[in-house]
Amino acid sequence: MLQLERRPEASTTLRWLSPLLALALTVATGFLLFLGMGKDPIQALTFFFITPISDLTGLAELGLKTAPLLLCAAGLTVCFRARIWNIGAEGHFLIGAVAASAVAVSVGEAGGFLVLPAVLLAGIAGGMAWAAIAAFLKTHLNCNEILTTIMLNYIALNLLLYAVHGPLKDPYGFGFPQSVMFADAALLPALINGTRLHIGLAFGLLAAVAVWVLFARSFIGYQLNVVGEDHRAAAFAGFSARRLTWFALLVGGATAGLAGAAEVTGPIGQLVPQVSPGYGYTAIIVVFLGRMHALGIIAASALLALTFIGGEMLQIAMNMPKAVTAMFQGMLLFYLLTCDAFIHYRIRFRRPLPAGLSQPAAPAGQEL
Amino acid sequence: MAVSAQRLKLQGIVKDYPGCRANDGVDLTVGAGEIHALLGENGAGKSTLMKIIYGVVQPDAGRIVWNGHPVTVENPARARQLGIGMVFQHFSLFETLTVAENIALGLPADEVRDRGALEQRIREVSEHYGMALDPRRFVSTLSMGERQRVEIVRCLVQESTLLILDEPTSVLTPQEVATLFKTLRKLARDGCSILFISHKLEEVRSLCDQATVLRQGRVSGHCQPKDLSASDIARLMVGDDTPIATQVSAAQPGDTLLQVQELSWQTDDPFGTSLKNIGFSLRAGEIVGIAGVAGNGQEELLKVLSGEITLKGEAIRFTGEAIDRLPPGARRARGLAVVPEERLGRGAVPVMSLADNALLTAAGQGLVRRGVIRRQRVREFARDVISCFGVRCSGEQSSASSLSGGNLQKYILGREACQSPRLLVASHPTWGVDVGSAVAIHQALVKLRDEGAAILLISEDLDELYQLCHRMGAICNGRLSPLAPASELSINQLGQWMAGNFEVEELADAAA
Repeated sequence: MLQLERRPEASTTLRWLSPLLALALTVATGFLLFLGMGKDPIQALTFFFITPISDLTGLAELGLKTAPLLLCAAGLTVCFRARIWNIGAEGHFLIGAVAASAVAVSVGEAGGFLVLPAVLLAGIAGGMAWAAIAAFLKTHLNCNEILTTIMLNYIALNLLLYAVHGPLKDPYGFGFPQSVMFADAALLPALINGTRLHIGLAFGLLAAVAVWVLFARSFIGYQLNVVGEDHRAAAFAGFSARRLTWFALLVGGATAGLAGAAEVTGPIGQLVPQVSPGYGYTAIIVVFLGRMHALGIIAASALLALTFIGGEMLQIAMNMPKAVTAMFQGMLLFYLLTCDAFIHYRIRFRRPLPAGLSQPAAPAGQEL
Repeated sequence: MAVSAQRLKLQGIVKDYPGCRANDGVDLTVGAGEIHALLGENGAGKSTLMKIIYGVVQPDAGRIVWNGHPVTVENPARARQLGIGMVFQHFSLFETLTVAENIALGLPADEVRDRGALEQRIREVSEHYGMALDPRRFVSTLSMGERQRVEIVRCLVQESTLLILDEPTSVLTPQEVATLFKTLRKLARDGCSILFISHKLEEVRSLCDQATVLRQGRVSGHCQPKDLSASDIARLMVGDDTPIATQVSAAQPGDTLLQVQELSWQTDDPFGTSLKNIGFSLRAGEIVGIAGVAGNGQEELLKVLSGEITLKGEAIRFTGEAIDRLPPGARRARGLAVVPEERLGRGAVPVMSLADNALLTAAGQGLVRRGVIRRQRVREFARDVISCFGVRCSGEQSSASSLSGGNLQKYILGREACQSPRLLVASHPTWGVDVGSAVAIHQALVKLRDEGAAILLISEDLDELYQLCHRMGAICNGRLSPLAPASELSINQLGQWMAGNFEVEELADAAA
């Protein structure tokens, strides 16, 4: 009989090493996977992990994909530290993109330096409004935020589809479900000239710094930690779980909404149905891989961004299916959770009771 | 004593847990028909030793001899087969089943087919030992004392010849304790051996023939408790270096600080207790005690006072101001401090450092400015608490969960005391705490009282209440008895109040 038994002391070193261990196991499994598919594993792994970042354009693309992940992850970190399991970054992201696009489209060709801030603020407000629904449902009707945020993601996706097929559709777009291209005044400036990298990455890094300051220095960050670690201690201290839930979810909505706005005003330049390849979901992996720490989520965002680009690279260069990206992301999370489990628990083999002895018949509590 | 009369003999029992040796070469001999006390502080290794005897855990070394034959007790089923019965502190009964059904669960299948015969046997056994029980009643309708009877009768129906009782009196009123002791003495006369685990020395002195005292996993002494004074036995338990009692001077009560009137609160928790028409007052410079068996509304009363539960009316007045609607933070800002019953997971966050735990309630002491934590001040505050209250730890950065119960309790009490509260509500402050820490905690409470604070002490430990309190009463089923001066309140009267008989109300009111 196998049993998981809690270790008396969990190793702190391993806690920090476990993301690296998970990465190593993912690479090893990827190696076997490619081998099984009859592809050259070394070549495939090179295409996946190395080739995308071997020149400036590649690095810029990596930064481009890192930005939305980092923004979403920063907001999710605030939620997850308080054990508010907000799975809704994807929905906040999409609504942020729609709201930003609505402003950008309605401004039209009008110029001015206020256009871009207005567009980005619209994205932030959109994301916050979407998160506010989940916050209201949790604090007033006691609805589980995991379920509500997932469901709200689907509603958000359908709102996006409605927008590009209806009110925001380009009337001269030959019927394609997309908006007009935004005017220059509504586009994010490039960070490195000649590449697609825009200042969205700077927003992401700022958000990560803000998260660091929040949890290292501020009392509200401390309160979020207490609520997450021990809600009874929080109630005893008088920290309002309701207020903190609103705070965390609104921050999560704001950063993800900004990410959505930065995506439509950055590399895409218009609203399209496939504005997100699942950034909001991938950001969940980022937060866990990054250990809910500012530096950690920066590194993890870059790594997960690489899986998007590496996956594309394999599709192009080695004719592999798109699912490779999802496979690698899934393996990373799986191995990370497994490693974490073994940091806190160990496996014990237990002999079954010898024959002839009856099982204890008393209530189970006695045997503890 | 002859070999044949030795019911149980343990030789050199050793049990290691990661990081600590719970039992270190323990010898114990219990004769037939003997009531043997196993004494020791929390953490001395009593529970581990019992679990070894009852087969819940296996010893790493040592021998168990049962009626002269070496045995291995693989599991509790084997223990019951040998004739070892155990009554746990926390009862293992199904509330939705009847007494007979609960007892049937512990018996082999062929013995319970005839339900009528079983019920007859339960009646016989319970009446013979003066523990009247109706086999058909549902456990949920029984009092704590009656539930304990079910546990004891269950062991007797299984024909146990050794009965292990783990802190059996902690859930009983003084009257129920007296009944239990009568039963146990009768059992012993009939030849049943009893292993009685307790840290209440007076009970042990009145009941037990022999005592084995454990300290830090080792046997620190054997004695005949009737021949020794309680303080002599306490010495055996704690060693020579620890003070074992506090000298408490008389209280000098001042103005009324807290006035509670017609306080009622309806719980929505099926296992909770509603508070019914509670009224009392508390003056500066006095300690008022509330006795009661656990689960009679103590926890709810604490939450209503701390602000974890807020109310609508004006039942609670603190320095004249109704505070019913105020959340915990606002009450704390007015000088109302609380030490909750659960140290880990309410009074302190286990994974956080002591410094971070200081912030939990002391943020208002200048540790936070404009939303920013002043780390330096937090560390200084935590260090002050640690040094003033003699908290044994490796520093303010050690995690709360790494401290022993007594040390963490000193830290939590110190955290509140260092904020100079006007009113301190403390729930079971010495529960599960070593004697040394308990004395330190008592001294801190008395010091706070002498500085002019009012203290409400909610406790199950009657010795503690009598020692510290100026006035006291009891809570039962969400109702509070009148309060009477501790010096005039007989233990008998208090026991009546703990059981919910408040008839003598007018008389006691006049006395107060």
